[in-house]
Amino acid sequence: MALLSVDELSVTFGGVHGRKESTAVDGVSFDVDQGQVVGLVGESGCGKSVTSLALMGLLPGKGVKLGGRADFDGNNLLTMSQRELREMRGKEIAMIFQDPLSSLNPVVPIGVQVTEILQRHRGLKGEPARKEAAHLLDRVGIPDPTRRLKEYPHQLSGGMRQRALIAMAVACAPRLLIADEPTTALDVTIQAQILELLKELVDEEGTALLMITHDLGVVAGLCDQVNVLYAGKVVESADRHELFAHPMHPYAHGLLESIPRLDAPRGEPLKPIRGSINDRIAWADGCAFAPRCDYYTIECLTGTPALTVPAAAGHQVRCVNPVREPVEIATLETPDVTATAHGGTSA
Amino acid sequence: MTAPLETTSASAEAQPEAVLAGAGASQIEGRSLGQIAWTRFKRDKAAVAGGIVVIGLVLMAALAKPIQAVFDLDPNKFHQDLVDPALQAPKGAWGGMSWEHPLGVDPGFGRDLLARVIEGSWVSLLVAVGATLVSVTIGVILGVIAGYYGGWVDSVVSRLMDTFLAFPLLLFAISLSASVQDGFWGLTGLPLRIAVLIFVIGFFAWPYIGRIVRAQTMSLREREFVEASRSLGARGPFIIFRELMPNLVAPILVYATLLIPTNILFEAALSFLGVGIAPPQASWGGMLTDAADRYEADLQYMFVPGLAIFITVLAFNLLGDGLRDALDPRSK
Ligand SMILES: Nc1ncnc2c1ncn2[C@@H]1O[C@H](COP(=O)(O)OP(=O)(O)OP(=O)(O)O)[C@@H](O)[C@H]1O
Ligand code: SF4
Ligand SMILES: [Mg+2]
Repeated sequence: MALLSVDELSVTFGGVHGRKESTAVDGVSFDVDQGQVVGLVGESGCGKSVTSLALMGLLPGKGVKLGGRADFDGNNLLTMSQRELREMRGKEIAMIFQDPLSSLNPVVPIGVQVTEILQRHRGLKGEPARKEAAHLLDRVGIPDPTRRLKEYPHQLSGGMRQRALIAMAVACAPRLLIADEPTTALDVTIQAQILELLKELVDEEGTALLMITHDLGVVAGLCDQVNVLYAGKVVESADRHELFAHPMHPYAHGLLESIPRLDAPRGEPLKPIRGSINDRIAWADGCAFAPRCDYYTIECLTGTPALTVPAAAGHQVRCVNPVREPVEIATLETPDVTATAHGGTSA
Repeated sequence: MTAPLETTSASAEAQPEAVLAGAGASQIEGRSLGQIAWTRFKRDKAAVAGGIVVIGLVLMAALAKPIQAVFDLDPNKFHQDLVDPALQAPKGAWGGMSWEHPLGVDPGFGRDLLARVIEGSWVSLLVAVGATLVSVTIGVILGVIAGYYGGWVDSVVSRLMDTFLAFPLLLFAISLSASVQDGFWGLTGLPLRIAVLIFVIGFFAWPYIGRIVRAQTMSLREREFVEASRSLGARGPFIIFRELMPNLVAPILVYATLLIPTNILFEAALSFLGVGIAPPQASWGGMLTDAADRYEADLQYMFVPGLAIFITVLAFNLLGDGLRDALDPRSK
């Protein structure tokens, strides 16, 4: 059984004080195994962060309805008490946030912020805690850790701050790491270093990593399994190679095609997906992506399309007209994938 | 050098002080928040002047008795020989100023005014600082609780604040001070008056700081680092004391500094109205009452306590404004 097994997770906001209900996450299922990196991909507002907060039990108690299950090591996270969840957080499951500067307390030295976690979950205090904190900073590649421990967040560079946050997240060797767009606030060279560090941690410690991102480059470089989210539902789920070779949902297909390519003929226009996530219809009425879809037919409006396995085993697609033509993705650093992309007609 | 890390083992309640101490004591490369604030503060000449005067006043108040002993200044010693028996006014120009009595003597009794100003300073500061501590303590505790927990807790505390603010404080202070009998709380005489003043002034001013702290807490609570801390297993009390409090130290410090002069004025007003510090104990407000009673005999007398109050209030306000600018992360 997978370490984390999310089954039909749904999160609905509102419904109190006469406010309209809105479903941010709508029956999402996926698994994360030990040592595996699973991607949750989709554009802004599709419910990625809400999914991660629901798993951590960090959504507000009032005005939020949760549905489905999320079994971590056999225990349903959604029905755990706040007390049990608190015990898990930071120790078994830890999270890395998008903006490292605002995720650190501005007036507390880095060292205090790291040692506090060591004290909370590992009972380390004083000198041993300080030593371990320095060791952790060193582990995540912060040079001169003893000095950095005494500094405040604003004295560190953006990359170092994210490293410090990662150090805090891995301080108690959690079994699952959830990273919510951990590189979005960083510049490109730093992004690559942070991804490298995460990869290293996963490889060395066997940590499971749930990687939330809207950046397919991150997916290409890091994820084993990818779930593409649209308007609160998984629309495509496949392993990385399969997804990059044969994106079958028009949305995933469009995402891959919209990546600028270095080998494209000069002057060829980029192909962004038209419209925005606001142009959508309710899943109950049909496919939420229909207003933006080039493959749309009338069948798309007869209720929610089911998740099917139209081609390779384990490659699930929520679409009545799955796309069969492959995309060329020469710029992404997955050489084996490009090879299959050219010749692949297994679909 | 290890100060910031030692706060880890300190008790949660000690955090605000510990962080301040840590910020001041940690001489690290790069600049800590405290150092940045200090650099900004030093550039503000008015605030520095205010700060120096405040330090002088505090020293004067704290060392009032030794100063009086060393310079032989007795605030309650009559010098009838220096007072004109017919006019009841001090002999000589400028209210009887002389090398012996640099600020002159008071009309009627000929008591040394410098000695009485010094004597009044510790009463004034003790009441003002004591009342400020009372307000800040109540205001911070209730403000943080209301701001952090929200919901019905917030409603209850907010209504309580409204009620306190709607209270006719001056009337209450006058009637309470007048009606407290000797021997209340096991205190008598001067200590009792001081305790009553601290209580009355402090107990009714807490909603002002309570509101500020509540608003600050509400906005801090939504900050991402609080969520990040929760994601690492922090509990409510931990978040309040270790995450929010360090961020509240600066506004609390600024507000407290600005509350002290208000309280000095309030104490002076109560003493002026005859319900504060009772004679013969010297107090600035009491001296003003005396002066008002005898302005025909000695107009100059009024300026001595008046200037003492004016300078003190101004100094604290300049210091508080300077601190606010220096500690505000948004100012350059
Ligand atoms: N507390 C809340 N109350 C009501 N609606 C919310 C709340 N939090 C999020 N939502 C809604 O849930 C939807 C999904 O939001 P979410 O933050 O998960 O998006 P996201 O995929 O993480 O996007 P981004 O890439 O911008 O971070 C959005 O439509 C948002 O408006
Ligand atoms: S179901 Fe229809 S509208 Fe939806 S993605 Fe597939 S083809 Fe497009
Ligand atoms: Mg998000």
